[in-house]
Amino acid sequence: MPIKTFLKKMYFSNIILGLLFSFSSFSVLANEEAVAHDTTQAHADSTSHAAAPAAHEAESAKFDPGKLILHHIADEHDWHFFTIGHFHATLPLPCIVYTASQGVQIFSSANFKNEHHEEIPYNGFVLEHGKIHAENGEKVYDFSITKNVASLMVSAILLLVIFIGIGKRYKENPHRAPKGIQSMFEPIIIFVRDEIAKNNIGEKHYRRFMPYLLTVFFFIWFNNMLGLVPGGANLTGNIAVTLVLAIIAFFVTNFNGRSTYWTHIFAMPGVPKWMLVILTPVEIVGIFMKPFSLMVRLFANITAGHIILLSLVSLIFIFENAALGLAVVPFSLFMNVIELIVAFIQAFIFTMLVSTYIGAAVEEHHH
Amino acid sequence: MELITPDFGLIFWQLLVFGILFFLLAKFAWKPIIQSLAEREQSIDEAIKLSETTRAEMAELKAGNEQLIASARAERDGLIKQAKEASDAMIAQAKLDAQTAASQEIEKARVAFEQEKASAVAAIRKEAATLSLDLAEKVLKSQLKDKAAQEKLVTEWMADVKLS
Repeated sequence: MPIKTFLKKMYFSNIILGLLFSFSSFSVLANEEAVAHDTTQAHADSTSHAAAPAAHEAESAKFDPGKLILHHIADEHDWHFFTIGHFHATLPLPCIVYTASQGVQIFSSANFKNEHHEEIPYNGFVLEHGKIHAENGEKVYDFSITKNVASLMVSAILLLVIFIGIGKRYKENPHRAPKGIQSMFEPIIIFVRDEIAKNNIGEKHYRRFMPYLLTVFFFIWFNNMLGLVPGGANLTGNIAVTLVLAIIAFFVTNFNGRSTYWTHIFAMPGVPKWMLVILTPVEIVGIFMKPFSLMVRLFANITAGHIILLSLVSLIFIFENAALGLAVVPFSLFMNVIELIVAFIQAFIFTMLVSTYIGAAVEEHHH
Repeated sequence: MELITPDFGLIFWQLLVFGILFFLLAKFAWKPIIQSLAEREQSIDEAIKLSETTRAEMAELKAGNEQLIASARAERDGLIKQAKEASDAMIAQAKLDAQTAASQEIEKARVAFEQEKASAVAAIRKEAATLSLDLAEKVLKSQLKDKAAQEKLVTEWMADVKLS
């Protein structure tokens, strides 16, 4: 492809990216405004009914950024995009719940809202703080397609479409130079292979782990970036998701552990016998600490990024000053770009650390 | 606290979706990609190696060719030089031969001419002597046929003798 057209394309995609981020800032702004509006309205309603003191009204009508931010980074049973006035652009998602008495039930999450957008019970279930509870206090097993699950599926489809498409092209003409989207991902695939897998696992074993490492890398990276898209879910900033990723890393590492790996844990060579009393428990804790750190690192980094962005935008509503937007919008734009880098770095670090763990597990005795 | 409490449902879906994703990507994406990347790298490696050996061979061939050309040129120059020398020598020899032959011829002709001339002169002399003797005899004979003439001649001679 001629460089000129490529640059033109790049330029075009940059504009799109820029627009996306400016839109993201504005959409968050719009959301907050709507939420703030809603809360004041709700409080106004409640106060008119309860006839509470005016002082209390003023206090409770105050914008609560903590609650708002936590709501935004948590999971939901419907996919809320934006609210303008009384119009709520919400995609209701299917709820799949199991209770011992009623068995499996599938219904739309829209059933939990009445026409005034107020939460109502449905079929013996209530939605409280984004969690489904049974009205009779029974234990509910919630397998709902929540916002995060929906986002997970979208990202999985995206990954499948992109990479199976690329794979097909490789199969068709393996010796040709890459083109199009293939040439965008090939350097990254080679980066994962050469810099992450080969360097840490070693020439002999790295090939076996390539599918796993590539899947983990692109899964985390794509979902980190999807979380930055306006209306996107905070999937990789959810502890359940990072927990599963960490558990898989744990099993992949330990199922591939060779004798050298296990002797280093249970009987560290070259260490006095009595020291093993201390060392072995530490090493055993280490087996679990490693995936635990993976879980917390990814969760904390991505969630922190979201909290920072939301906090910046909340500043406008805390100080109730639109002029602050002049400073906050460029800064949140800047933070958004930083988050784009973080999205890549966290995917890289997760994959990198998993491959060092695998590298240690498959290492052969060479003393 | 809610933030760090994993949801059971999401764990289930994450395991399921990630498992399916891994299986499908490993089979339909990573396998062909990794394989053909390795193949491509290998073929590029081989192509580079081949081109290097070919280049070396070419250089060798070129050097051989140049040597061949140089030796051929030297040989040709030598041949031309030799031929020229030979022809020069031949021409010189021929010239020399022609000259000596010509001068010999000329000398021979001169000697023959001299001899011819001498013999011719001798023959002419002899002829002239005979002729003059014959003439004198004939004149004497004719003049001394009659008596009167003899007398007259004697008188004339006498007169001459007297006079002288």
